[in-house]
Amino acid sequence: MRFTGKVYKFGNDIDTDAIIPARYLTTADPAELAQHCMEDADPSFPQKVQRGDIIVAGKNFGCGSSREHAPIAIQGAGVACVVASSFARIFYRNSVNIGLPILECEEAVQAIEEGDQIQVDLDKGEIVNLRTGETYQAVPFPEFMQHIIAQGGLIGYVQHNLDKK
Amino acid sequence: MGMTISQKILAYHAGKKQVEAGELINCQVDVILGNDVTAPVAISEFGRLGLDKVYDPDSIVLVPDHFVPNKDIKSAEQAKVVRDFARRFGIKHYFDVGQMGIEHCLLPEQGLTLPGDLIIGADSHTCTYGALGAFATGVGSTDMAAAMATGKAWFKVPESIKLVYYGTLPKWVGGKDLILHTIGDIGVDGARYMSMEFTGEVIDGLSMDNRFTMANMAIEAGGKNGIIVPDDITLAYVRSRAQREYQLYKSDEDAQYVEVYEYDVSKLEPVVAFPHLPENTRPVSEATHVQIDQVVIGSCTNGRIEDLEMAATVLKGHKVHPELRVIILPGTQQIYLEAMRRGYIETFIEAGCAVSTPTCGPCLGGYMGILAKGEKSLSTTNRNFVGRMGHPESEVYLSSPAVAAASAITGHITSPQEVVR
Repeated sequence: MRFTGKVYKFGNDIDTDAIIPARYLTTADPAELAQHCMEDADPSFPQKVQRGDIIVAGKNFGCGSSREHAPIAIQGAGVACVVASSFARIFYRNSVNIGLPILECEEAVQAIEEGDQIQVDLDKGEIVNLRTGETYQAVPFPEFMQHIIAQGGLIGYVQHNLDKK
Repeated sequence: MGMTISQKILAYHAGKKQVEAGELINCQVDVILGNDVTAPVAISEFGRLGLDKVYDPDSIVLVPDHFVPNKDIKSAEQAKVVRDFARRFGIKHYFDVGQMGIEHCLLPEQGLTLPGDLIIGADSHTCTYGALGAFATGVGSTDMAAAMATGKAWFKVPESIKLVYYGTLPKWVGGKDLILHTIGDIGVDGARYMSMEFTGEVIDGLSMDNRFTMANMAIEAGGKNGIIVPDDITLAYVRSRAQREYQLYKSDEDAQYVEVYEYDVSKLEPVVAFPHLPENTRPVSEATHVQIDQVVIGSCTNGRIEDLEMAATVLKGHKVHPELRVIILPGTQQIYLEAMRRGYIETFIEAGCAVSTPTCGPCLGGYMGILAKGEKSLSTTNRNFVGRMGHPESEVYLSSPAVAAASAITGHITSPQEVVR
């Protein structure tokens, strides 16, 4: 899977309350959640984000609550991929489980700037900054998680294994 | 090679003799928890599998507590999804209004989480049960759905860090101060992906309620779980509550730790975390300039009987400052009743506090104490992120119930020793 998108950049420790504040957790509808995605970190984000855009952030992205509404909101907003220096573990798990592409790459985060066009090759874990031409290599997913991703998320994976029995 | 208590519990549930950090394993889980925010998403995902039964109804615990008693029509619909699911699939551990409490206060109290258990919960503070010597960790709704269907969950075996506390705890310093101090030291990602094992003579002498508070906030350092090796204090708590077998594990002498942190607690002051991260900690003496508009005492971090006892001891015979409101939320019905029998509720109401039925409400900015623009709250909860308790331009400070109660009297952040002499 490969996609190209415009970068919105965020700092360190972006928590799940910033990604989707709890005041909106009375729904799990992706479109509704998307209207408030990243609102407490950047109030204008829900208006300006376009389908295919990419979030690039610092360390510990998605820390805090276990709410799956956070990756659902990002997915609902049409964000193609999140690249971060590191992810909080429940957010990482949830993203894999719902099929939101995420990549860990400190080097890319250091070099990429807001508004850059970047190209991400998910299978290779390769990130290219189209402004500078520089290429970065992300930490690859373990094989087990690649199986989950290949089945479109954990439910697809469980279904696949139940069918086999 | 030796294993930590966390690795031993994971190995047992994976049907293995030995596991190593970094290994990906599939484990049988003992308890699967969900609430009114996370369970509806799990129930919808579970529905996609088209199954007519869950793997083991008795392993599932459903506690609507976040926006319950229902705060609006949408939250009523969510709570109804959980209620209907519990009825349809014969979930006996379902706790509705009148029985429910804040999940992480309720489950240990009801004996549903036990030493040696492998527990997953679609709530990040599921790590609370590590205080009992269980491996307990927060997951998402899809993980919950998969576990309801298969009884299993996947894990990456974590590395462990050991946190050793020694010395003598000064008066008014307890579990909340220890964990805030620790997060202040190692940072909000200081234990990312790792097990936090709390040990040392101070932990040995700590009550269960204080231990729950510490394990509860492991997630605030990014930890996968927080854990305390079970001892006589654990057993005294568990024995009368357990309705099934449980296992006591401890770490091997030669278990590997990526880091060992040692803390001399003897000179520790009560700790306050400043906005907007739990790692922004300062001793209370450096926080006294902060004027506050609201105090919240309760939550899965500090809503237990000893927390209320601490608050009542400080508030007894005092009045809440006229320019500030105080909301107190006992963690469960049983805690509420006990607080009433001991006279704490009377103390709170006489002081001018509002006392609420158990709910997570204000902690996550749901309802029951939302902050307006520019307002400041001192809260015994666990997170002080931007907008956590209301308006994005409001501020949350975190402390123990003792500091919160003392500050309620003066109107600014205050050490309990200034109020109780």
